[in-house]
Amino acid sequence: MAETTLTHIGQTEPRPAGWQGIATDWSSDQRAFKNVSWGKAMMWIFLLSDTFIFGCFLLSYMTARMSTRVPWPNPSEVFALHIGGSNVPLILIAIMTFVLISSSGTMAMAVNFGYRRDRRKTAILMLLTALLGATFVGMQAFEWTKLISEGVRPWGNPWGAAQFGSTFFMITGFHGTHVTIGVIFLIIVARKVWRGDYDIGRPGFFTSRKGHYESVEIMGLYWHFVDLVWVFIFAFFYLW
Amino acid sequence: MAEATANGLGQHPQNTGHAHDAATASVAPAEVHQEHPIKLYLVVWAWLFVLSACSYMVDYFGLQGYLRWSLILIFMMLKAGLIVAVFMHMAWERLALSYAIILPPILVLVFVAMMVLEADYTLLTRVTFFGSGP
Repeated sequence: MAETTLTHIGQTEPRPAGWQGIATDWSSDQRAFKNVSWGKAMMWIFLLSDTFIFGCFLLSYMTARMSTRVPWPNPSEVFALHIGGSNVPLILIAIMTFVLISSSGTMAMAVNFGYRRDRRKTAILMLLTALLGATFVGMQAFEWTKLISEGVRPWGNPWGAAQFGSTFFMITGFHGTHVTIGVIFLIIVARKVWRGDYDIGRPGFFTSRKGHYESVEIMGLYWHFVDLVWVFIFAFFYLW
Repeated sequence: MAEATANGLGQHPQNTGHAHDAATASVAPAEVHQEHPIKLYLVVWAWLFVLSACSYMVDYFGLQGYLRWSLILIFMMLKAGLIVAVFMHMAWERLALSYAIILPPILVLVFVAMMVLEADYTLLTRVTFFGSGP
């Protein structure tokens, strides 16, 4: 009982609506995020800082692309695949997008089954998410290999502005790293769920709070964020 | 001091009364757990597929100019909104958290405006001193 009150404090407190409620929550020596556990709040704050990192990457890409006199390579042609005798524009990127969105869908359902204490379904859905994420990274590796073999380098490429290569490797590389880390953590958390660590409150990494499947949701927040970043990369780098 | 700062425990605000617990219970979400029907996630998933397909179509049909850019931005914002609101459960979080997370990234737009000016100026100087064209 003690530990449940620890993470659920303040849930009975009423508060005014709208801006007044925000001011009340933030003021006068209080805990700001009333019904949000520290784990979830810290994940959100980490994601906020990550937002700024990716924001700065996309901003530097925008600045480089806007300020160059040399025409920017057409991503639609650069990322086309030769399928069935014709070039399909951007098809690999489209498939990668669908794979990542599917992984977000399975992750959301894993969170849901976690709160229903359905350990088996949760673990399976998380492993499926990890598999889709690994597929995404694999396709990205294929894409990198293809581009490198075509002569794209951070300092130049055959089609136009030299900054294309540097921004491409920087942005997609950093995103791919995030996906890879996410896959590793998904497997770790899925193993804990499968073993029932969250049910028995086994001592360990974020498992000691008995009966708490919130770790799955926090993991999910990270994973959805990776998907979210891809939405912006897809729009600004590949489609623009 | 120790008990006051330990996880913010025991810091139940003094100004909250006890009489209006039931009356305003609906204002503050009492349950921390995010339990929603599976169907909701499936519907959002389907919408994300549709929107992704739409943004791919923008490129496939080779739309250009402002039509292309506005469509890309619209589909992007719709997808981002769905992911944050439903998949990340932001729609059901307390407003203090939502605003703390969602408002700061908007400031990036100020940065965007600054860098647009900067990039325009760089391009201008490059064209002036090196001539246009490669």
